[in-house]
Amino acid sequence: MSSSSRFEPKIVGFICKWCTSAAADLAGVSRLKYQPNVVSLRVMCSSRVDPEHILQAFKGGADGVLVGGCHPGDCHYQVGNYQTRKRIMMLLEILKDMGISPTRLRLEWISASEGAKFQDTMNEFINTIRELGPLGLKVK
Amino acid sequence: MSKPKVALYWCSSCGGCEESVVDLAQDILPVTSAVDIIFWPVAMDFKYSDIEVLQDGEIAATLINGAIRMDEQEHIAKLLRKKSQLIIAHGSCAHLGGVVGLANFYKREDVLGEAFKEVPTVKNPKGILPQVKTEEAGRELELPALHDTVKTLDQVVQVDYYIPGCPPPPELIKNAFAAILENKLPPKGTVLAEKKALCDSCSRKESKPDKIKLSKFKRLYEVEWDPEKCFLEEGIICLGPSTRDGCGERCIKANFPCRGCFGPTDEVLDQGAKSLSYLASLIDSDDEEEVKKIIDSIPDMAGLFYRYSLASSILRGNINRGTK
Repeated sequence: MSSSSRFEPKIVGFICKWCTSAAADLAGVSRLKYQPNVVSLRVMCSSRVDPEHILQAFKGGADGVLVGGCHPGDCHYQVGNYQTRKRIMMLLEILKDMGISPTRLRLEWISASEGAKFQDTMNEFINTIRELGPLGLKVK
Repeated sequence: MSKPKVALYWCSSCGGCEESVVDLAQDILPVTSAVDIIFWPVAMDFKYSDIEVLQDGEIAATLINGAIRMDEQEHIAKLLRKKSQLIIAHGSCAHLGGVVGLANFYKREDVLGEAFKEVPTVKNPKGILPQVKTEEAGRELELPALHDTVKTLDQVVQVDYYIPGCPPPPELIKNAFAAILENKLPPKGTVLAEKKALCDSCSRKESKPDKIKLSKFKRLYEVEWDPEKCFLEEGIICLGPSTRDGCGERCIKANFPCRGCFGPTDEVLDQGAKSLSYLASLIDSDDEEEVKKIIDSIPDMAGLFYRYSLASSILRGNINRGTK
């Protein structure tokens, strides 16, 4: 197979139970295919994702991390996704100093009805990270 | 019976931790009468060979301060580990990497270049950098080699206890010596300070409102703050919520916000990540552009949040810095 030499990125997806995870289910039952590079972890709310989790994912070998939540105004817990956005924006600043391209961390709003958006986002993110190459964490 | 032997050593540090031992003042007398200090390069004349001749485990306890960033330091740390029953990381640099650990944001070459070529007070037209071996008048001179990465003590040798702080308060050192002498030490791996965060005992805790909402992070020169009020309420970044208690509020009592020298509590892996997490939730805006503006009011975020703990953080610094 020609893809055997191709770099296959490892992606960790933190997806919220109420929206993005439901979208993943919708993509599944709709038989929408996307590349198998993502390991998705369902969390109750995107704001449950501690910046520590994201750093730990990079340290553990992830080449990219995607956090998926509800659209602004739609959070099951009212304001969780707004808190997430603030944290991710701040973490992106820190990642620059840590030598990690901000492209490797993405925050996306995908609602329960957007199965196709889930498929597109995952494919697009995986392709972006594949182009970017491995994270290349040298020091354990 | 001979007295238990104690050794003190310094690695990459400023000397403040040595000073913290001297700061014991008269409390050092019961310590020195109960133990034999057999190695303390900063205060007394010893040679490394004095350690090499000891039996394994002959030293009861060794306090090592400073981070490990040169091969000589690594060598002595390993030697002292072999000869000591207890190794105690003394101070922020040995415990967390400390301020010197901030070098992990840069490559080794950049650190050396900055220090020996770029600094305005340095005149180095030939661009000479420290070499491990040099010839001088027919003799070969040696210097310790600088590593690519600043390491905490426990990344190099097994550490039994930690005395946190930059520098540690004399009280904690006194308690640690007492615990060793009376054999009343907690389980190994314990940080010999409080378990909770600094806010828990902060004298300004009562002034903290239920909800803090900030539309700007202020720098110290921008505001005249109330010495009774919670710093965060005033918009000044204080790392109390993500920092271990036990310092006796030295900075807070001097009307200065916490900068995190005691490191994170046991439950926290990454002090910087935790700090950004709680500070982000204080931002009083849901508008992306406004949030960006508020975040931009914090200069050098990574340097501030990881001031003492970069070398012990999850990523341990810039991931492109080097390999050793």
